[in-house]
Amino acid sequence: MMKKLTPLFWGLFSAGGTIAALLYPVHLFLTGLAFPLGWLDPPRYEYLLSVARHPLARLYFFILIALPLFHWAHRFRYTLYDGLQIKHLTLLIVTICYGSALAGTLIAAYLLWSIP
Amino acid sequence: MSAQPDYTLYHPRWYRRRVSVWWWLQKKVYAKFVLRELTSLWVAFFAVVSLWKLRAIAAGPAAYASFLARMRNPFMVLLSGLAFIFVLFHAITWFNLAPKAMVVRVGGKRLPDWVIQGINYFAWVVVSVGVAWLALR
Repeated sequence: MMKKLTPLFWGLFSAGGTIAALLYPVHLFLTGLAFPLGWLDPPRYEYLLSVARHPLARLYFFILIALPLFHWAHRFRYTLYDGLQIKHLTLLIVTICYGSALAGTLIAAYLLWSIP
Repeated sequence: MSAQPDYTLYHPRWYRRRVSVWWWLQKKVYAKFVLRELTSLWVAFFAVVSLWKLRAIAAGPAAYASFLARMRNPFMVLLSGLAFIFVLFHAITWFNLAPKAMVVRVGGKRLPDWVIQGINYFAWVVVSVGVAWLALR
């Protein structure tokens, strides 16, 4: 089964890596540095909510979170193999990595669903 | 001689030198490779922060205000700063490798690497400005 799924994981890795490369620097700069340090004013709640209500924005947030999580899962799997030399723990590593990414994806879907 | 040798994951008969877990500190290129691989942890960090932000948006204005306050915590700012450096490193290495992952041919000729890299960097700038414009409106 792993052999069948591997091409899919490489595809997700690649798509997620592109999303993370294109979109994460600007989002991280704003949310993590510019707003907390007072360089720029964060958007007001009402504005953010009105944006998040739009179906396209929900799709955007879903992609923004889900694909990079699978990018992490795939890359981190091989980092663990090489870095810690624990290739014999394949099944455990694969379950934890892709399992967490899947969990994060489901949480994102649920949260986007529950936005009023 | 058997036609089908038995391959196993481990070769108990062969002498293999053990490689230290710190093998990647021996050469600059190895260290760069491992640091690049570790960018994925910081990508995951920001994905989780985004989930947290979504939860705050779904929960209401008070939750959003406390999310903003928690992001101002010096420890979170430090983590975000580190994450920003690693995510930039990811973006730059990703765009620079793009021509190797995606060979584009126009009229039977392969587009030079710098063209594909240039398109990627250009898209990066356009998208970043677009996101910032929407977020700061």
